[in-house]
Amino acid sequence: MTEKLVIIGNGMAPGRMLEHLLEQAPGRYAVTIFNAEPRVNYDRIMLSPVLSGEKAYEEIIIHGDGWYIANDITLYKGHKIVAIDRTAKTVTSDHGVTEAYDKLVIATGSVPFIIPVPGHNLPGVLTYRDLDDVQAMMLAAQSRAKAVVIGGGLLGLEAAAGLNAQGMDVTVLHVMPTLMERQLDPAAGYLLQRAVEQRGIKVITKANTKAITGDGKVERVELADGTIIPATLVVMAVGIRPNSALAKEAGIAVNRGIVVDAGMRSNDPDIYALGECAEVGGMVYGLVAPLYEMARVAAHQLAGDESAAFAHMDTPTKLKVTGIDLFSLGDFAEGEDRQEIVLRDASAGVYKRLVLKDDRIIGTVLYGETADGAWFNDLKKKQTDISEMRDTLIFGQSYQGGAPLDPMAAVAALPDDAEICGCNGVCKGKITGAITGKGLTSLDDVRAHTKASASCGSCTGLVEKLMVLTLGDTYNPAAVQPMCSCTTFGHDEVRRLIKAKHLKTIPAVMQELEWKTSCGCAKCRPALNYYLVCDWPDEYADDYQSRFINERVHANIQKDGTYSVVPRMWGGVTNAAELRAIADVVDKFEIPMVKVTGGQRIDMLGIRKEDLPAVWADLGQAGFVSGHAYAKGLRTVKTCVGSDWCRFGTQDSTGLGIRIEKFMWGSWTPAKVKMAVSGCPRNCAEATCKDVGVICVDSGYEIHFAGAAGLDIKGTEVLGQVRTEDEALEHIVALTQMYREQGRYLERIYKWAKRIGIAEIKRQIMDDAHKREAYYDRFIFSQKFAQVDPWSERVSGKDKHEFQPMASVGFAQAAE
Amino acid sequence: MNWISIGTLSDIPRRGARCVATPQGKIAVFRTADDAVFAIDDHCPHKGGPLSQGIVHGAAVTCPLHNWVISLETGKALGADEGTVRTIPVKREGERLFLALEALASRAA
Repeated sequence: MTEKLVIIGNGMAPGRMLEHLLEQAPGRYAVTIFNAEPRVNYDRIMLSPVLSGEKAYEEIIIHGDGWYIANDITLYKGHKIVAIDRTAKTVTSDHGVTEAYDKLVIATGSVPFIIPVPGHNLPGVLTYRDLDDVQAMMLAAQSRAKAVVIGGGLLGLEAAAGLNAQGMDVTVLHVMPTLMERQLDPAAGYLLQRAVEQRGIKVITKANTKAITGDGKVERVELADGTIIPATLVVMAVGIRPNSALAKEAGIAVNRGIVVDAGMRSNDPDIYALGECAEVGGMVYGLVAPLYEMARVAAHQLAGDESAAFAHMDTPTKLKVTGIDLFSLGDFAEGEDRQEIVLRDASAGVYKRLVLKDDRIIGTVLYGETADGAWFNDLKKKQTDISEMRDTLIFGQSYQGGAPLDPMAAVAALPDDAEICGCNGVCKGKITGAITGKGLTSLDDVRAHTKASASCGSCTGLVEKLMVLTLGDTYNPAAVQPMCSCTTFGHDEVRRLIKAKHLKTIPAVMQELEWKTSCGCAKCRPALNYYLVCDWPDEYADDYQSRFINERVHANIQKDGTYSVVPRMWGGVTNAAELRAIADVVDKFEIPMVKVTGGQRIDMLGIRKEDLPAVWADLGQAGFVSGHAYAKGLRTVKTCVGSDWCRFGTQDSTGLGIRIEKFMWGSWTPAKVKMAVSGCPRNCAEATCKDVGVICVDSGYEIHFAGAAGLDIKGTEVLGQVRTEDEALEHIVALTQMYREQGRYLERIYKWAKRIGIAEIKRQIMDDAHKREAYYDRFIFSQKFAQVDPWSERVSGKDKHEFQPMASVGFAQAAE
Repeated sequence: MNWISIGTLSDIPRRGARCVATPQGKIAVFRTADDAVFAIDDHCPHKGGPLSQGIVHGAAVTCPLHNWVISLETGKALGADEGTVRTIPVKREGERLFLALEALASRAA
């Protein structure tokens, strides 16, 4: 007969337990889960990358809805268990559902510790525990205001880095003298503090929070020494405690956590506890590796194997802040019977310390270079006598025996039982065995079969090296098309890493992302220059030598090496004075051809490069600025005459077109952007084949996008309809900014939209007002630095060298 | 060898080029990221594009017209393309740069 298994809580530990149980005793239990959170099982370790914007929630789901259905598991989402009746063997949820059990597993996790200072319950004080917290923080971050994170431990620093990546001004308050003092010694704590501060995060150590104050919401944090820090968001990340209240009320033995034996069984033989709420052997745990071990033990017990037992384990700590490499393991306090080996390389930002006792490693701190963490962990675990290699130990595994410092060789040299994935306790032999035994060819396959690199992901590099070693050339790590032959990264990866690692120059990108060439090529350099211009508008110094010639000299190169010049005519409207000035310029510089363009502009072709500044000077006198006809940027906004003249016009399409163009000119985009505004659905401005188009109707403005009329022909998609001109402008600007931030260099809007999905774009721009406003604000900020007329700059002498030969020689000498 | 002064290193932007006008046409003088200097005819062997206007990377330039990549050291097209542009000896003395005159004359002949 099937037994009834009820699980309270749906975090990572019970999720893992179920995986084991389904494998070992399929069909033995009818499983019901009550999850207080209204969602499926997701990877909590990855909340920090979600907060920093490096991952989306969908990417961190462990078990999707389909998994529960496929395994016939009943999941009550958003049901919090309020009572356990041990006599009747039932549990009851806050929604009134009562379920009987034969075996009960309590996995209620932990609750964040809140410092009971005055004001701790003001709106704007958050903790950092689940997806709701992350979403609340991301919402608060849109204000780009000031945040205070209380707690300089693992969670606090990850929260601070995430909020900083979201654009907030962040201060970390830490009560101890150095950061992460439980995992790091003071020297590494200092290096960490410096790295955190270099990202623009302020750190105050020895900070005692006295009160959080404000009028109805958080406005500031006050410290015991009188310091006052303004803040609209306070995140408390000072620690967690096991969530054992429910068990206690049911009369189950509780100490710090729910007391269980090595088989994860409480003092009620039908009730088990595991995860952060459980106390085993007098210890409670918060890192994933021991929690997964608990899950394995509990599954074995439930499957009938009573020999399974949990043993204490030391787990390495890693900080999941992109760009900061940090590894800490074991005990590193100083002592008379201990020796230490320290390596410092200040210029490379590397610090390594090994703590030894009786010629064995008992503790390790690695900062800046953590590749040997797995090896040191292995030596520690096996209690290896290191006296033979003591002198070179700190240089790592690949140094032993004079072997070359090749990371691949280091991985090859690891013994089969060396741990690769600390989160899931997967050793090298299991991974290589699965690759050959099961014929695995992709990283995702390896993750699915072995769980290696499936939690925090910090061992992904090691796993990939194992795949290369095992599969040889048949393994193709990058299914992603690389940007160019200078790198293995694709455009999206590069864009993500520029933001995540705060890379602000082309050399920094190439250095950090290990470019294969010394200074890139004609494909990657313009792309990188655009990404940096877009992502750091106020800080990045535009690298003109990485721009295509047209953007470098602000004119269009022609087949004979001459240039064409297109002045801006807002909305395609001009007048007699402008036309006269153009005619004069054409005469004066003997310009061979004048042509009207498809974007309602006048193009002067065949101008010698040397003449460009003088041509611009004359055009500038008449009030002309650059038309950016050469730019990967906003080109033209075509208009029809609209309600001013046309008997069918419904709105002032000319006025709106001019307004859009005046608002958006000068902005750089991944590829050119052409727009149009038509005053009625007859669509004389041909707005429905443009990158962005507007069709005016009686009731407002229909916004279109993702059209094409070049290599491809494609009608636009409708983004949505809005009522006022202001709204139309806001939506168009937000859409353009979204494209600016996500588009790959040279990818037109219609291709980007196809890749991202029309529905997703509509959702972000039409339905999510916060997102839309944030995009809009970022565009405006960027325009502060972009709206400078490049022609008048050059008339005033900028980049003079571009327009004149360096020397004229040979003319006189030829006569000699 | 007769060397003609054409200016100084700082006249040319790093990873950039300037032209020297001669009776026989323009010569493009390149300065790489690590301050090596090369001179070649400003004329792509493909369709005559002005190489001085291209993007400079390593010791090569990509032509602005059709993206041929030309080696600054040999004047040869790199990759699958075939063609060669004339290289002109260039000498650097401190900051000053010189082009070889004989090479100039030889083209006129």
